[in-house]
Amino acid sequence: MKGKKKTIGLVIYFILLMMPIYWMLSMSLRSNADILASFALYPKGLTFMNYMRIFTDSTWYMGYVNSMIYVAMNTVISLSVALPAAYAFSRYSFVGDKQMFFWLLTNRMAPAAVFALPFFQLYSTIGLLDTHIAVALAHCLFNVPLSVWILEGFMSGVPREIDETAFIDGYSFPRFFVTIFLPLIRSGVGVTAFFCFMFSWVELLLARTLTVTDAKPISAIMTRTISATGLDFGLLAAAGILTIVPGALVIWFVRNHMAKGFAMGRV
Amino acid sequence: MSLVLENITKKVGRETHLYNINLEFETGSRNVLLGHTLAGKTSLLRLMAGLDRPTSGRVLVSGEDVTGKSVRKRSVAMVYQQFINYPSLTVYKNIASPLKIARVKKGEIDRRVRRTAEMLHIEEMLDRLPAELSGGQQQRVAIARALIGDAELLLLDEPLVNLDYKLREELRVELHDIFEERKAIVVYTTTEPTEALMLGGNIAVIDEGRVLQTGLTPEVYHNPATTKVAEVCSDPPINFLKGTIKGGAVRMGWNIEMPLEHHMKSLMDGDYMFGVRSNHLSLSRNDKEDVEIPAKVELAEINGSETFIHADYDGLRLVVQENGVRLVRIGAEITIYVSPSSFFVYDEAGALVASPSREAVEGKLT
Repeated sequence: MKGKKKTIGLVIYFILLMMPIYWMLSMSLRSNADILASFALYPKGLTFMNYMRIFTDSTWYMGYVNSMIYVAMNTVISLSVALPAAYAFSRYSFVGDKQMFFWLLTNRMAPAAVFALPFFQLYSTIGLLDTHIAVALAHCLFNVPLSVWILEGFMSGVPREIDETAFIDGYSFPRFFVTIFLPLIRSGVGVTAFFCFMFSWVELLLARTLTVTDAKPISAIMTRTISATGLDFGLLAAAGILTIVPGALVIWFVRNHMAKGFAMGRV
Repeated sequence: MSLVLENITKKVGRETHLYNINLEFETGSRNVLLGHTLAGKTSLLRLMAGLDRPTSGRVLVSGEDVTGKSVRKRSVAMVYQQFINYPSLTVYKNIASPLKIARVKKGEIDRRVRRTAEMLHIEEMLDRLPAELSGGQQQRVAIARALIGDAELLLLDEPLVNLDYKLREELRVELHDIFEERKAIVVYTTTEPTEALMLGGNIAVIDEGRVLQTGLTPEVYHNPATTKVAEVCSDPPINFLKGTIKGGAVRMGWNIEMPLEHHMKSLMDGDYMFGVRSNHLSLSRNDKEDVEIPAKVELAEINGSETFIHADYDGLRLVVQENGVRLVRIGAEITIYVSPSSFFVYDEAGALVASPSREAVEGKLT
């Protein structure tokens, strides 16, 4: 009896949870005229027109390409900067290490909007505006501290004696780091990459401020659905669905590592 | 090759972990560092390896000052107390790793890995990951990795302490034989005097960051220079009784008396401290000379095939080591017998003035 109640509760919970996503999916499969004309729980005149438009119009699909480029750049930069930093925080003690470690986290306390204007001014001066690297670097402000924080937790879980044994065996530092150490913190790297990806992928304000046309992200392009003739709901919904897909894919791949990351209490 | 530690001092923050250590090791020698936990054994080992730098003093290898030299450039191998292997590499690759780094040819690596694995009885496990092995096997892998490279300095930091009793006995015997064949300087730390005796060679007794006594292991065991050394060199702890020598007789505690004979004959009148190892105390009379000590049982622990009986004598705790499993009722009044010839005698400053003759104690040991 109790099990049944639990199941019913879970089903209701999932229905509530999936409702907006289902609604978006349903809208994306209808024409705008249909959406505006009648209320329907499921799409009656099924159409893939909205998706076709996104995949054929280069101003649309380039939005996805741009987003993916700077997200990938950001993930690579964040990881390659955070890995050595996290190693230092986990293995060495130096003056002010604890303060600095905490200071890293405080970088995340300010909202992105605060940094939008300084970044815009700075990048336009040095000619970085409307490039992928500009957005990738701006996002590092948030992603590097988080990466250091997560990776440090994973690295501290590896006994220091393993490092020493490797040095006694004669490993050079880079060789030890790549062949011995990285495989041990695989999960951590996966979790960190996921968080960098996620933040960079959904972040709108900085990405929109720092780009004009060449590196315009998908989230900014979506605003084009608003025009003088009204809002194209169908197209917006289709773009939304396509925006969810990469995130969902990444989650699927790192789901096992995620559980480990949460268990370590650092995520 | 020789390794010399010269006036080594190590401070961590405000605490001093090692005080002015001077030690010398010769190639082919087996050396034991014996001391309680936190005595500074590991700190000393790490300095020898080059993992840490001494605060002051020098480390010389074959006369050359290597104090600041990186551990990567030294010929060292080390086995830790914890089972440290590379978790992501198979046992084979773990053992092969020092040779691979040293760019030894593949065929040669293979030959040596198999030979070393055979020596440590892990030839069946070569394809497994360390996590799939038992603790004892993991430590064997770590030892194999330390042995394979023919390092000139082989350091073992309480390698058997995390193993169960049986495995420890087994590996101890094997290690003894393996070390015999080595040309390297072997330095082995332990908290157990029996382990030290088993490995033989030289010993340095360490306590609270100081070297208390050095010498051949059996020599030190039979002639612990101070009460502190006697304490470190005895497990279960040595029993101390205060006493006086006056007019050709020894008085200990409040009612123990014995004639001044054997090794104590030449001692002057005065106050002394008498030490006797628990394996020289007995619950039965072995000789008509034996002295009787009345005591009350407080605790009896059975350790393998031995029984340790903790008894109270006038507020002092005496430990009696008896062979075999003995059932002793707690609170029972017992009489402890001890031969007058088995006492270590220390003066009031804690320095050894007389130790039992080897025949007297070794007869009892066997």
